[in-house]
Amino acid sequence: MTSHPSHAHEHAHQLVPSDPALRVKALESLLVEKGLVDRAALDALIDTYEHKIGPRNGARVVARAWTDPAYKQRLLTNADNAIAELGYGGMQGEHMVVVENTPKVHNLIVCTLCSCYPWAVLGLPPVWYKSAPYRSRSVLDPRGVLREFGLELADDVEVRVWDSTADVRYLVLPERPAGTDRLSEGELAALVTRDSMIGVAKVPAPVQERHR
Amino acid sequence: MPPEALAALPRLPRDESGPVFAEPWQAQAFALAVSLSEQGHFTWKEWAATLADEIKTTGNRGEPDDGSRYYHHWLAALERLVTAKHLSNPAAMLARKEAWAEAYRRTPHGKPVELDKSA
Repeated sequence: MTSHPSHAHEHAHQLVPSDPALRVKALESLLVEKGLVDRAALDALIDTYEHKIGPRNGARVVARAWTDPAYKQRLLTNADNAIAELGYGGMQGEHMVVVENTPKVHNLIVCTLCSCYPWAVLGLPPVWYKSAPYRSRSVLDPRGVLREFGLELADDVEVRVWDSTADVRYLVLPERPAGTDRLSEGELAALVTRDSMIGVAKVPAPVQERHR
Repeated sequence: MPPEALAALPRLPRDESGPVFAEPWQAQAFALAVSLSEQGHFTWKEWAATLADEIKTTGNRGEPDDGSRYYHHWLAALERLVTAKHLSNPAAMLARKEAWAEAYRRTPHGKPVELDKSA
């Protein structure tokens, strides 16, 4: 392993990935160039497993914030420390900022020109997050993009789009759905979806609560 | 891929529905091995044997075998098998790795990181 990226002097530039990450990138680009593996097949395979890296981490952060007001305050003021409290990290110098959805504000995260993503809490980015249409249109027409994800927002809801940078990765703290007062922190975490933490969906209300 | 193919691997970190990864590069390395095998560049049996040998070799060097370095072994095994099958070679892999590192250092944020093909 090489040393972890020294960050202070490289604000304007990309963080150099870790030694194994660079070796994988080298192998992948060499093999794709030679036509030995197909990039689309690789992406499809990775997409099968992307939810296996870490969305549960983010869901636990959200559930804790919903049930512990003091934690939520710490999360919104210093996300790095608050996330580390739950034992999650490995962000290699990127700072986390958590933005809160309310009845009047809806947040959406994007990386307009590459695919910066808070993978330590959300896992691998979904293929659509890396796609050119999402990257460009989520800034130009966020309401249209959200509509395509099936999320229709009222006109009086302000949409804020957060463009990730080399230094800052965003995570959306979605609204806690109604009818979940009796749920435990673990049960709440099970409700939280990856898409709700990117901001392209709301957290759905639990089905069994509606039948009570 | 068939569950028995995953089960053939030594101590793959997994849960009830499949493999789990700690970092994105691990999933990429996983996908590369699966793809190369599916394309017929090596059999899954050859892959499992190379990986097992890599894990055994590091064990002989006295490194802990607690699963924390599973995908480091995976990557080393992949580089070995790619070399053995003449799909690439260590010099090319090292040069390409350096080229990517340089591309990251050179590229301002927001620009796609691309290799300098003239270099």
